[in-house]
Amino acid sequence: MKSEKKQAEMIREISGVNPYKCMKCGKCSASCPSFNEMDIKPHQFVSYVLHEDIESLVKSESLWKCLSCFACVERCPRDVKPGKLIDAARQLVVRQRGETYLSPDEVPELLDPELPQQLLVSAFRRYRR
Amino acid sequence: MKYSYYPGCTLKTKAKDLDAYARASARALGFELEEIENWQCCGGVYPLGSDEIATKLSSVRALNEAKEKGQDLVTLCSACHHVIKRVNDDMKNVEDIRTRANNYMQLDEPYAGETTVLHFLEVLRDRVGFDELKKKVVNPLTGRKIGAYYGCLLLRPSGLLEFDNPENPTIIEDFIRAIGATPVVYPYRNECCGGYISLKEKDMTKRMSTTVMDSAAGLGAEMLITACPLCMYNLKKSGSGKIPVYYFTELLAEALGVKEEAAKA
Repeated sequence: MKSEKKQAEMIREISGVNPYKCMKCGKCSASCPSFNEMDIKPHQFVSYVLHEDIESLVKSESLWKCLSCFACVERCPRDVKPGKLIDAARQLVVRQRGETYLSPDEVPELLDPELPQQLLVSAFRRYRR
Repeated sequence: MKYSYYPGCTLKTKAKDLDAYARASARALGFELEEIENWQCCGGVYPLGSDEIATKLSSVRALNEAKEKGQDLVTLCSACHHVIKRVNDDMKNVEDIRTRANNYMQLDEPYAGETTVLHFLEVLRDRVGFDELKKKVVNPLTGRKIGAYYGCLLLRPSGLLEFDNPENPTIIEDFIRAIGATPVVYPYRNECCGGYISLKEKDMTKRMSTTVMDSAAGLGAEMLITACPLCMYNLKKSGSGKIPVYYFTELLAEALGVKEEAAKA
């Protein structure tokens, strides 16, 4: 993996987000339906990127608990869009060979007769490359 | 009136009824959904990375086909709508994505976001009109108390989706009134059902879908309606089971008197 400084740059580039605009109001975390499940909370993502602590970020459970529901993106008064930062961190992980949160081998036992195709394609797109 | 129509993968498989009821209702309302040829899966979720190009091309192909036919593009699944509408915005407003996507596409004329993308509910509201819809109802669903489940993808980010007020939407409640039923407004109608995490995080989905369903049932809703096959699956599979969930097109077809015809199709 590249240096943390380079990785922080990549997160800013992939997300298109300027973390310096954050005023730490916490509205993103207050809006997040996955807040209780996240080890690093949405409003904290900004600080990790600013402090270039990417090692912690890419190991975070939060990457796999974000729903892409866009509540934080909608409500952020500074247009920082924490959901896009989280996605960029997730991209740093899944764009590496072999790093993924979903393997095709585990799919059969996750299936049931009603499960829609939409769920599989969405999960594959968020969880792996 | 003819529209180009993008059904999406799930409407050909697990959500065939969402599609069939919509087509029958469209005929009854005097417009036609013309399925675009050779459409490909939209991918289910919008690729958020600003450097993502290849994952957006299936949407661009659909958008360009509608453009070549000179038709607006109608969607039905919330996820397809979200993806295609946002890719269209990229093609219209983000020069880097437009250039690189067109380099892949090699079209006779580059695509630059010319197509208008409409969700089926927007066709009902903005093209047909809820007042006109009301006049065509032959079987009003009088007395039915219905909770509208919006979820995330139709509403947010509102600046791009331009669907309705993201915090206090009214379009599905207005639809419910137009078919003669009574809308039940409840606080969790625009909260996430769990979305794609239901594949691996079953407990989280259960908590979220149950919260949505109990919120609606607690305020007197007898059923929920949705436009999204994944919301449908999560609410039915992981909700509390207190009330049933239907596609909005099923109730529309019933009110228009074409439910039997659609079921046969």
